[in-house]
Amino acid sequence: MIAIGERINGQFDDARKAIAAKDKKVIHDLARRQTEAGAHYLDVNVGTAAADQQAAMQWLVTTIQETCRTPLCLDSQKPAVIKAGLAVADTSMGIMLNSSPLDKKSDPNVLDTYIGMAKESNGVLITLTMDKEGVPQNVEKRVEIAAFIVGKAMELDFPVDKLYIDPIVLPVNVPGAQTQPGFLLEAIRQIKILNDPAPMTTLGLSNVSQGTTERSLINRIFLSMALSAGLDSAIVDVFDDKLMDVVATTEMLLNKQIYSDSFLRAYRALHTG
Amino acid sequence: MPVPDTGDSWSGKVNAVTLGATKDSGGTRGGTLTVGGAQAMPFTGGREKRGNRPVIAADILDAVPADWPAPLVAAYKDVVDDPAAWAKKAVDECKADLVCVKLDGTHPDKGNRSPEEAVKVVRAVKEAVSVPLIVWGCEADAKDNAVMPKVSEVLKGENALLGVVTKDNYKTLTAVALADGHNIIALAPIDINIAKQVNILVSDMGFPLERIVMFQTTGALGYGLEYVYSIHERERLAALTGDKMMAMPTICDVGGEAWRAKEAKTPDAEAGNWGAQDERGPMWEAITAVSLLQTGADVIRMRHPKAMAVVREYIDRLYT
Repeated sequence: MIAIGERINGQFDDARKAIAAKDKKVIHDLARRQTEAGAHYLDVNVGTAAADQQAAMQWLVTTIQETCRTPLCLDSQKPAVIKAGLAVADTSMGIMLNSSPLDKKSDPNVLDTYIGMAKESNGVLITLTMDKEGVPQNVEKRVEIAAFIVGKAMELDFPVDKLYIDPIVLPVNVPGAQTQPGFLLEAIRQIKILNDPAPMTTLGLSNVSQGTTERSLINRIFLSMALSAGLDSAIVDVFDDKLMDVVATTEMLLNKQIYSDSFLRAYRALHTG
Repeated sequence: MPVPDTGDSWSGKVNAVTLGATKDSGGTRGGTLTVGGAQAMPFTGGREKRGNRPVIAADILDAVPADWPAPLVAAYKDVVDDPAAWAKKAVDECKADLVCVKLDGTHPDKGNRSPEEAVKVVRAVKEAVSVPLIVWGCEADAKDNAVMPKVSEVLKGENALLGVVTKDNYKTLTAVALADGHNIIALAPIDINIAKQVNILVSDMGFPLERIVMFQTTGALGYGLEYVYSIHERERLAALTGDKMMAMPTICDVGGEAWRAKEAKTPDAEAGNWGAQDERGPMWEAITAVSLLQTGADVIRMRHPKAMAVVREYIDRLYT
């Protein structure tokens, strides 16, 4: 599984304070520790607190790249913020842009803009199964939007296997939303057969357990279920050792990693160099 | 007619392992050899993705068994009691890329030669030839642990390839190879899971993964070759998909195994319709080697000069 480390995000207290105070040490530490824990990409999200989001994105990108060469996942719903990040990012290790819906009322061509930026930076792009009407609540509409996104990528000559589709997971404790995790698994299965080569799939995993008790347990079990449905990647808390052990075990049981008695350690070694 | 490129693109590759050290890097070898490095399944994709040319290691035995097959005896009759001369013949006449000193004679049941005798053989071979060296113990754990540290010391600086470590006996050889700057051979008996485990155990001791060569044991044609084929294939696929614990080059013991087959070792007098042993035996060895090259084997241990010639020509044709 391609793990995207979620912790450099202004929604977390430590990151928000570090961004506000320009405290490099906190960001260096988060970048380094997530890399050591096996993150393939580091999500970079300035949050909503920063007064100047573009400047904050540039400061974060520059600061992270002082300490590691892990590819970044620039995370913003505002193309200008992504653009600002790209202007200072080293994309030679790869780069991920996160994320665009199919379209928005305020910006019908938002997907074109993101695909354009992804092509230009030779990166990969996360898209959401979401359109101007909002987040769909069923399997069919999610897959339909995914199909439109795949169509758009092909039309713009963007490789489909560089397209990550996030079918959007909702908190399981939202009234009436308990059917959603099951729908999501089915959506993943169907998205994986939309095209050959198949688009990639990803999830903002922690959302499934938002506001619940036993968050870590719910995240772990759901991640294992999603991986067996064909999930390729997830934005996760890579500091959660048990979660990473679940990834290793699931991949081993799916025959994606060769079993050895030390398979947990082997998985870590594999993903942390 | 142009051959279409059938190679897929992979994220991982087989490690490149360099054997031997010249004067500049603290050794006495005339040159070094780099094996591995493939970035595709064997013989798919462009030449540049196939990695380094496979190499032939000629076996030099410290003690030749009494029942050694006649064609081998005939080929080496002048040198069987002189490992240095044998090594020279292997390099000069058989054009072996490197030599593998097999210390069978140290085995408690096959002569129980002392560590000092083994060291004498290894030193003589080292001085006789300038190609990179492989030294392979007798695979009796306690004896190897007594012999191999001394062998390692004698070869210090030569960046040799020493074997073998196994799941149950890896600490001694790994430690001395680490100290003396050698590479090691990790053995797992046709078991992909144990193969991975041995690599993990060895790397847990701080031994670099880039200095390990894997040995999944070898089955000759008719004697389990297809199992080895599958293991090598799975191992290569794991390496190409990025499994660093399985990304090592592979060595095969073709000479030893092919000449254990009855088709190779049975004398003409007992096998009237099988064709002359002098052809039959070398061909059994050559076909085993060529089949295993298709799996992406990187180092092939061989015995008969005729078999080596056939395999060398085959490699030449595929790797020019």
